[in-house]
Amino acid sequence: MYAWLWRHLPGPTAVRVVIALLLFVGVVAVLFLWVFPWVEPRLPFTDVTVDESASAAGLGLRP
Amino acid sequence: MSAARRATGVVGELLITAGVVVLLFVGYQLVWTNVQADRVAAGKIDSLEQTWQEEPPTKPDVETIRDGEAFAILRIPRLGQNYRVPIVQGITLDDLASGVGHYPETAMPGEVGNFSVAGHRATNGEPFAYLDQLNKGDAVVVETGTTWFTYKVTDEYIVPPTQVGVILPVPNEPGAEPRKALMTLTTCNPRWASYERLIFHAKLVDELGKGNGVRPDALGGGA
Repeated sequence: MYAWLWRHLPGPTAVRVVIALLLFVGVVAVLFLWVFPWVEPRLPFTDVTVDESASAAGLGLRP
Repeated sequence: MSAARRATGVVGELLITAGVVVLLFVGYQLVWTNVQADRVAAGKIDSLEQTWQEEPPTKPDVETIRDGEAFAILRIPRLGQNYRVPIVQGITLDDLASGVGHYPETAMPGEVGNFSVAGHRATNGEPFAYLDQLNKGDAVVVETGTTWFTYKVTDEYIVPPTQVGVILPVPNEPGAEPRKALMTLTTCNPRWASYERLIFHAKLVDELGKGNGVRPDALGGGA
């Protein structure tokens, strides 16, 4: 998979390294800016309020 | 290379990728959310103090405070002399990512009833990370535009998340008529899980009008 990607990047090695790094940074940015903020409230780690609809079993199912 | 070997290689790379993504998420939760929340909280405190300086407000009134708006500053000397957290109206995740949240249906600072706030124990600024270090008798100071309210911790206990009685005007006594001005702090317990809630009750012991730089005794007093 990554080998395939490497073979299809254009240019000499130095250019490929730069493009690969940019791709990695782009993926991390997408994760931090959109994916993780979306996932976070769906996990139980951030529940701090008392709430009638809270899951007593601590599964963190939010209303 | 056979097709089977190639497929195995792809699966392996996907698994490694998934591992890296999970590690990135851990970094996001433990570091990034705190960086962001601390910045937002500091900004809220700055703008709040600026507003107070420019036009000294009257008593905060639930009717005029918008959801998500900071209206007071929380200080807990036991958690450090520089410990300052904005208190914002509401308890959504967005509210809690910028300070501690005021349960909107509960009393305002200093009022008879139960002024109740919730805060993160871990991640997103984690203002209540070390709340468990509070002891009975410790001061909890709430600064509004006009007044320093000093509460003293009276009770500490752990409840299931469904026990909403802790934020009733008289805690855990539905329908009872409140006669005392109380404050309640809620956060998750244990720190890195959330299947319980850590509860602190405090009672109002001092009310000091602001002006001329006076500070409550709990913060060293003086003018």
